[in-house]
Amino acid sequence: MTTTSILRALVGGGLIGIAVSIALVANGRIASISGTIARAFSADGGRGFRVPFLAGLIGTGVLAAVVTPHVFGAPIRSTPMLAIAGLLVGVGTALGNGCTSGHGVCGISRFSLRSIVAVVVFMGVAMITVAIAGVHA
Amino acid sequence: MKSSVVALFAGVIFAVGLLVSGMADPSKITAFLDVRGHWDGSLMFVMAAAIAVHFPVVRLIRAREAAGRTPAFATKFFWPEGTGIDVKLLVGAALFGVGWGLSGYCPGPAVISVVAGGAPVLAFIGAMLVGLYAGRLVGKNGVRG
Repeated sequence: MTTTSILRALVGGGLIGIAVSIALVANGRIASISGTIARAFSADGGRGFRVPFLAGLIGTGVLAAVVTPHVFGAPIRSTPMLAIAGLLVGVGTALGNGCTSGHGVCGISRFSLRSIVAVVVFMGVAMITVAIAGVHA
Repeated sequence: MKSSVVALFAGVIFAVGLLVSGMADPSKITAFLDVRGHWDGSLMFVMAAAIAVHFPVVRLIRAREAAGRTPAFATKFFWPEGTGIDVKLLVGAALFGVGWGLSGYCPGPAVISVVAGGAPVLAFIGAMLVGLYAGRLVGKNGVRG
């Protein structure tokens, strides 16, 4: 933990806070990434927010991969292990109705007890997982 | 449509925030989760800063909503239809925790790494989409939030 990494975390986190605030103020939507992906094309009237939001999110990632590839870290596990992890993240966020953004940022900002419990559980379990599996392969 | 442009803009800002903060580096995530080892706590400031910005906005919006105001481009605010703390929430959060701790990817950082991360990240995203679909079927009530 360095001064630079803390400053980057604060600036980046502030931008994430601005992004979820824009989604709420302009579109009335909760910018949970897992929920937005899961229901991207649901015919519930939310497509008009979710599809362009995801296009902006993913498009920026694609552009950054070309322009500033150094901001991405290399994957730390083998492809099969990442497939297992991805499956767990998908099932888990669908059952738990949210991820780091939906519960962690949006939910806690609403003082949602449900979200606070979810964050404590997923962060605690993730710490235990790292204690067992290590920080990389 | 103005609302689509604003939603796209929000997505761009979100991605830039993830990239600037270091969330797209899985080894930084596991270093943050490695509380017994060489802990790197800087990512705590990502969530703290995001909440510091969003919390007052939520307060303001709640007050405006109570006064009958609507979002700029929608007819109402779509708050999550949460149903309290149940087994589904706890099991879901725990499964997500295992996947996050194993990979260092939560959904946002994974999808923005779709090109930069190559085949391993594509495998993660593909499996995550399958998982989201399966989880919704199991959950019956659909994904909220």
